[in-house]
Amino acid sequence: MRAVPIPELMLEPVFDPLGSGRDAIGTSTAAGKGLNVRHGTILSLEDINVSFDGFKALNDLCLYIGVGELRCIIGPNGAGKTTLMDVITGKTRPDSGSAYFGETLDLTRMSEVEIAQAGIGRKFQKPTVFEALSVFENLELAQKTDKSVWASLRARLSGEQKDRIDEVLQTIRLDSSRQRPAGLLSHGQKQFLEIGMLLVQDPQLLLLDEPVAGMTDAETEFTAELFKSLARQHSLMVVEHDMGFVGSIADHVSVLHQGRVLAEGSLAQVQNDERVIEVYLGR
Amino acid sequence: MTMPLNQTLLARASARLGPQLSLGIGLLALTVLLALPLLHLLPADNPLQVSAYTLTLVGKILCYAIVALALDLVWGYAGLLSLGHGLFFALGGYAMGMYLMRQSAGDGLPAFMSFLAWSELPWYWYGTSSFLWALGLVVLAPGLLALVFGFFAFRSRIKGVYFSIMTQALTFAGMLLFFRNETGFGGNNGFTGFSRILGFDITAPGTRALLFLATVTLLVASLYLGWRLARSKFGRVLTALRDAENRLMFCGYDPRGYKLFIWVLSAVLCGLAGALYVPQVGIINPSEMAPTQSIEAAVWVALGGRGTLIGPLLGAGLVNGMKSWFTVAFPEYWLFALGALFILVTLFLPKGVIGLLRKRGEQ
Repeated sequence: MRAVPIPELMLEPVFDPLGSGRDAIGTSTAAGKGLNVRHGTILSLEDINVSFDGFKALNDLCLYIGVGELRCIIGPNGAGKTTLMDVITGKTRPDSGSAYFGETLDLTRMSEVEIAQAGIGRKFQKPTVFEALSVFENLELAQKTDKSVWASLRARLSGEQKDRIDEVLQTIRLDSSRQRPAGLLSHGQKQFLEIGMLLVQDPQLLLLDEPVAGMTDAETEFTAELFKSLARQHSLMVVEHDMGFVGSIADHVSVLHQGRVLAEGSLAQVQNDERVIEVYLGR
Repeated sequence: MTMPLNQTLLARASARLGPQLSLGIGLLALTVLLALPLLHLLPADNPLQVSAYTLTLVGKILCYAIVALALDLVWGYAGLLSLGHGLFFALGGYAMGMYLMRQSAGDGLPAFMSFLAWSELPWYWYGTSSFLWALGLVVLAPGLLALVFGFFAFRSRIKGVYFSIMTQALTFAGMLLFFRNETGFGGNNGFTGFSRILGFDITAPGTRALLFLATVTLLVASLYLGWRLARSKFGRVLTALRDAENRLMFCGYDPRGYKLFIWVLSAVLCGLAGALYVPQVGIINPSEMAPTQSIEAAVWVALGGRGTLIGPLLGAGLVNGMKSWFTVAFPEYWLFALGALFILVTLFLPKGVIGLLRKRGEQ
């Protein structure tokens, strides 16, 4: 709910005047009272194991993401990238290991909804928007606010909220299609709308699964600029296959292979890593 | 994915088309509905007099229309196809029936209990001689059942066809339970032979007219409630829930609360409709809980056009109007006609009659 986007690197707990931390049903309290990120790490995954019917999707995976960092995750198919996102967002429970958001929030004990309310936003691999609703309504629903049933029954957009949606509509270049049903948008526009929904949700950590799939070169370039500008205020974790895109945005790249982190470093470093070359070219 | 989308497009197109026209038709329908009970009060030899048969028939159809609307709120908007709404309707009906039985029994036990040689009322019959408590039961019985069932079903993330099958099983179980004499609701005969309501003769023209007016009022109130809900952010969250539940959860909404709210509201509306149905029709028995009844309600909604507010009312009116004509003219063929109707609608009118009307309107 920031009118002027100059937060101080998210180090201070964000004051939440609307009480959006409340559980959506309104039964329990306080899911996200500002994040404790004293040691500069927004996400810490340690020794995460996930297996499906004996297949180890994640294998003692360790990963740390810093505040304001833009991290790219690359890896061959089946390396566990999507499973990793599922673990972070609460869709899949790890068999063992710990996952912390900030210093104190144990992601393995929180529901998907609680995790989303605590400030982790996710963009799916296949663009998923509310097709029957207009572009504007999609953003309205995603916007950070009290999301309980009672609040929705009596919700009215404030001027400030409308301004914020307008601002994001401009950013994602969908201002002229604001009243169109989202189902009529092109694939690339849906991708942008979903990114826009993340922006109004104002999460502290954004997980983006193949955000530029199906985008034109110009759109990809624009997305790269957008992400770079976001990285200062938010932490981003981007899963992507497009190496050109990864090269243009990432300061830090993790290579996933067979459910564990194979190499970490700048893109140039990992591209010259013997093991990475073997994984990508050896078979 | 494409169907709800097209529906919305149509809805938008027709919204531009002419709200005045639909408002005009709505007001006309309302005027007719308000005139019917008054015309019923005319002396029997007056050519304009509306017979008790007609008034009861229309009143019954109006009750079904409320059920259709309630079902559409959960199916058309939230995407939860219930095949057990007949249960909630019957529970409301039985709650009202208990009061009516106590009224006609006076200080004694209802007739079927004396027949079973019971000497005292079962505990759940206590207080049913009070009209207010009966009204409370009309709301509480379907509401609490829906709350408990919905709580567990939505917590376990049961959706789609599994949800439909479970609701169907629920109403079937209810029917079997109410068929038993030991349950204390009159077994397979149910309740009938009502004589008085609030001290008035239940078959008197004035009482009939008032019951009819109460039904019209409930219908209009449900319609207004549905309209307010559909226009609110709550309604948009329901639509989002229907189309992309996962996305909604990752936006920070807990779908359980939303589903539970609309589910319980829908059940309570059905219960109220059932409570108005019983004194007008004069009988309630477990066949109202038969699975086919609930499936028929889904046919009304599909035929009229789900995801719209007027569609289900039209569907309930059309199917039941046809039914009462058919069962008089060709009693053996009604079920075939209903089946054929359903196939035709599915094949040629996926958006229901409303969709057809809107298409015509656009051309």
